[in-house]
Amino acid sequence: MSKRIIGGLGLLLGAGLYTGSVLAVGPGDPDRGQTAAATCTACHQADGSGKNVPGGESWPRLAGLDAGYIEKQLHDFQAGRRQNATMMPFANMLNDQQIVDVAAYYSQMEVTSAGGGESASDALLNRGEQIANRGDWDKYIVSCKSCHGPGGKGVGSDFPGIASQHAGYIRTQLHAWKDGERSNDPQDLMGAIAKRMSDDDIEAVAAWYASQTVSAEGEE
Amino acid sequence: MIMRKKSLALAVVGASIAAAGVVTANAQSDGEQNAETPYQNLVEMGYPAPQEGQLVHVPPTMADLEDADLHPELKKVIRRGYDLFTNTQQLRGKNVFNDMNCSSCHLGEGRQPFSAPVWPAAITLPNFRGKNQHVNNLEERIAGCFAYSMNGTPPEYGSDDMLALSAYHRWLAKGAPVYPDQPIYGRGFPPPDRPEALSYARGETVYQEQCAICHQEDGSGHYEDGEYVFPALWGDGSNNWGAGIVRTHTAAGFIKNNMPLGQPLSLSDQEAWDVAYYMTRQERPQDPRYDGSVDDMLEKFGPTFHKHSSYGDVREHDDHRLADHANWGEKGEEVIPWNVGVPRFEDLED
Repeated sequence: MSKRIIGGLGLLLGAGLYTGSVLAVGPGDPDRGQTAAATCTACHQADGSGKNVPGGESWPRLAGLDAGYIEKQLHDFQAGRRQNATMMPFANMLNDQQIVDVAAYYSQMEVTSAGGGESASDALLNRGEQIANRGDWDKYIVSCKSCHGPGGKGVGSDFPGIASQHAGYIRTQLHAWKDGERSNDPQDLMGAIAKRMSDDDIEAVAAWYASQTVSAEGEE
Repeated sequence: MIMRKKSLALAVVGASIAAAGVVTANAQSDGEQNAETPYQNLVEMGYPAPQEGQLVHVPPTMADLEDADLHPELKKVIRRGYDLFTNTQQLRGKNVFNDMNCSSCHLGEGRQPFSAPVWPAAITLPNFRGKNQHVNNLEERIAGCFAYSMNGTPPEYGSDDMLALSAYHRWLAKGAPVYPDQPIYGRGFPPPDRPEALSYARGETVYQEQCAICHQEDGSGHYEDGEYVFPALWGDGSNNWGAGIVRTHTAAGFIKNNMPLGQPLSLSDQEAWDVAYYMTRQERPQDPRYDGSVDDMLEKFGPTFHKHSSYGDVREHDDHRLADHANWGEKGEEVIPWNVGVPRFEDLED
């Protein structure tokens, strides 16, 4: 992934576009990010764990997500490419440097556990595991793993980690894609799949990934 | 109105296939398959509808295996075959010397129409094969994938791994007739009509816009924390010059019918062919049939194989002659696929 991003940056710089803004933003600083993230903690919590809110709007875990992914989402909220009434005003408070810093801050946190999969039946979890790891090709639903990587731990900045994410958040996002309310994914890669998923399929993968744990790197 | 017309037409097609008696579908299949109108989902996505007189087979799933009336030991072996098929990287350094799994190209675990489903091999072999000009059985056919597509050397005939892989193929063919007279629906990677002209430059543009997000700008694919995610399309991590998918039409058929992942048939025919042309005009490990001369290779294997590939072509933009090298990839010079160039039945009389 990084090769592509560096190549893309080189292209932009070479063409003399956006030179100002690219040079103005330095590398992400987690310490500065912590300060800038003071307003985020009310929902996303001090440890970045977010919260599964049954019957309400769940707040996603940010801890351990890829920095580039977080940056893109914040820019997309600002530009209206991703819509969320709760999130938009907070995203708008951040300048470009703070976005990079906040992303760096959350990305280096340890992945926390997720809620919403606790009471899922074995049948639902089995269905979730099937879609996650093998897909359901009879409905042309490719496995989540084929892009989000083994264990759903995420691949680069384009395919976020979804293991140990709150079921309520996964469910809401998949429904948003399915209903055409979210479309800031590259090349409609997620949207195309979500539109083929039934409500039960979405329930199942949400519960499955919420009940998966992600061990910190270097452990075990 | 349009919807109603569509489903009516499908029902007619389904009925005529059923009447011809060549539909097979596993009764326990957990998908939304219907023996009357199999693959209706695919048809609605734009794939061709099954035609009267075609063999339309819906392979059983691994979930179906649990309920199947088969010996528990056989079930274990089929599960092992499935595991090898979907995680062939476990044979890395022994039989596999690149970044591929069987399921990298045979999507949907080898069950998917228009993605070279593998069960037809189990019902049509032994048969004559143009590529090596003799009669091959299922194990020899699988061995070919190891020598070319996996840039490796196959498990021995009759070995546990080979038996497990062939058992998985046979399981997927459950219920389909042996040596069918009918053409098989969704077999291979059927290419769209070849456009008048193919463009490397246009192919490169489409590649960078549509494919590079997963396969990378340099075609090397992607591993995350040492685990396979996206397959390499060229370079040492990919199949060698002898693999079927180096043929431009095969690559075009794969791409048109399967890529980008989850968005089949989204590229135009021209785009699919241009990307295929671009991808198959990149370097990759040498064809194991090579013995020092690209010209000799073209003489020997041009008529049966490389007339469809870019092997030995000189690339326009950099004057590079493709495949004119002795790079064997990760397997080096020491590992030589034992199955390549072995003749059979030379003394049989007509």
